[in-house]
Amino acid sequence: MLLKNATVRRKIVITLAYAAVVALLACAPMFLSDFRLNLLGKFLAYGVVALGLDLIWGYTGILSLGHGIFFGIGAYCMAMYLKLEATGAGRLPDFMQWSGVTSLPWFWEPFRFFGVALLLSVLLPMLLALLLGFFTFRNRIRGVYFTILTQALVLIVVTLMIGQQAYTGGTNGITGFRHVLGFSLASPSVKNGLYYISAAALVGSFLLCRRLVRGPFGKVLQAVRDGQNRLRFLGYDPAKYQMFVFTVSAGLAGLAGVLFVLQVGIISPSMMDIVPSIEMVLWVAIGGRGSLIGAAAGALLINASKSGLSETYPDFWTFLLGGLFIVVVVFLPKGLFGLLARLGARMKGGLGDAMAGGRGRAVVGEDHR
Amino acid sequence: MSVWLVQMFNSLSVSSILLLIALGLAITFGLMNVINMAHGELIMIGAYTAYVMQNLFADYLPASWFGAYFAVAIPAAFCVSFLVGLALEAGLIRFLYGRPLDSLLATWGVGMVLQQLARTIFGAPNVGVKSPEWLNGGLSLGGSVLPYKRLFIIGLVIVTLIAMYLYIYRSAAGRRMRAVMQNRQMAACLGISTRRVDAMTFAIGSGIAGVAGCALSLIGPIGPSLGTYYIVDAFMVVVLGGVGKLLGTVAGALGMGVFNTYFEFWTNASLGKVLVFACIVAFLQWKPQGLVAMRTRSLD
Repeated sequence: MLLKNATVRRKIVITLAYAAVVALLACAPMFLSDFRLNLLGKFLAYGVVALGLDLIWGYTGILSLGHGIFFGIGAYCMAMYLKLEATGAGRLPDFMQWSGVTSLPWFWEPFRFFGVALLLSVLLPMLLALLLGFFTFRNRIRGVYFTILTQALVLIVVTLMIGQQAYTGGTNGITGFRHVLGFSLASPSVKNGLYYISAAALVGSFLLCRRLVRGPFGKVLQAVRDGQNRLRFLGYDPAKYQMFVFTVSAGLAGLAGVLFVLQVGIISPSMMDIVPSIEMVLWVAIGGRGSLIGAAAGALLINASKSGLSETYPDFWTFLLGGLFIVVVVFLPKGLFGLLARLGARMKGGLGDAMAGGRGRAVVGEDHR
Repeated sequence: MSVWLVQMFNSLSVSSILLLIALGLAITFGLMNVINMAHGELIMIGAYTAYVMQNLFADYLPASWFGAYFAVAIPAAFCVSFLVGLALEAGLIRFLYGRPLDSLLATWGVGMVLQQLARTIFGAPNVGVKSPEWLNGGLSLGGSVLPYKRLFIIGLVIVTLIAMYLYIYRSAAGRRMRAVMQNRQMAACLGISTRRVDAMTFAIGSGIAGVAGCALSLIGPIGPSLGTYYIVDAFMVVVLGGVGKLLGTVAGALGMGVFNTYFEFWTNASLGKVLVFACIVAFLQWKPQGLVAMRTRSLD
């Protein structure tokens, strides 16, 4: 009876907390300046990436250092549409003119249409992820081997992007956007709208990921993480689950890229390079892997403190970030969110303590290789 | 014909640098299952050691001695990186055994801190290391010139490789190391201090990274983020070659170097990289364990 009361109470508290977060997000435009709101919108887009990363790393045990690429491809697809929209019909984007290109390359043509660009910005990352997953997971290439391959993927895509300056804008990337679907990107009301769309995307992605990690499917994912061979002996094919979840995660990163480029107004290879890609993993590590809320909160928290601190103390920020990385990975495998949960449980004592302790230890488990 | 010769030489040169970087990685990864992302920063430390040596020689010793600085810089770089590696192992890595992905992330954090440290001490812009007089010029061979610097690096790699071979396969310490690599528990039962073997191996791997940094200072300017871009290629060598055997790493480095050079020669720098990556993924379809795999019965 007591236990049941406690679970009911827990549920009510959690629901209230969710409602509070959503309400806070909805009210943010009322008390934030335009500049801050734009920043927050950008962080929300990062939160979507973090959710996708947590899905594969926290739950399935696949560490990808290549999500910057999926994010970047999504962003580039939308940027190509925005660039063509800003340039106007029958004319070439400025960087193509500078490079001596005389007619629009064929692969730019589909990006004249918003719908196609939006669709491709999610589908292309998914396709790339599916391809990579198909050629690795089926051969049981996993753990660090897979991670290294994703990092190599980042290196070659970025090199390719920089090398093909005439078609991609090179190091400068693509910028100078004006309109989206006829609305001016500079107007405050459009910015407000984009903020709300980002918030909705984050909530939607959260619900999708939660749906995936709960129930039997989520249990299989965690089994892929904790004991792949046992799962195989039970008749499941881990490769299919890995491929699926990696593809979904890449799609989320692509979506985040769209939201990013709409609000920030520029995308360049330096935003999808090795360092940004690994920073994305850092958000999840610090926020709390294996907890969706933790991952999204980590992205918001780290980026907020980054924009606050790195402007005034850029050197100190790098030391802090590197140090945080070490401390969190070594001492807090479940991140700050795991720490909070443990502290909360300790205060209640008794049953809750034992549960949280047990869960904390389970994540450290051996089969992360 | 001469074009082919030059390309062959270039690919050997690229391979030798890759090999020098990947050697330490392959050994720490094979022995301890630790991915050391700070390896690139250990290379950077080696390169800056060469830079400091050069400045010391220029400032405090007669000019005629200047040419000798590089001969001193190589062992100095080895020692400095060795000590940093030892400290790193004692302070961090030993908490991460059995968690390869976590070791990757934590060492990345270490790398960030070390890079920023270098930026604070030496400044963000690249610095140049003036190579000694006796390494300028080149060897004329059938109408093409092979630079002495590149030849020197190839020689350095061969010497390092022989030293590694003697250490691993012909010394008592190396035998202990191989024993731990093959079966950690059994080795520990037989009285080998696996803690000390781990620390020693990691430090040696780091020391070799320092030597690699010294070599890199010959072929270009050095900066705080020197190691970051070599490190990915070096890891690809490890994946391609398989872990735990010197031969695999050598073959992997040669393969990467040759394909990289020829693909880049036939297409261009960026497309060449894509092709090499595609080849590696294709190769792993055939041999997921890499070129030379340690045989094991354990199902991990």
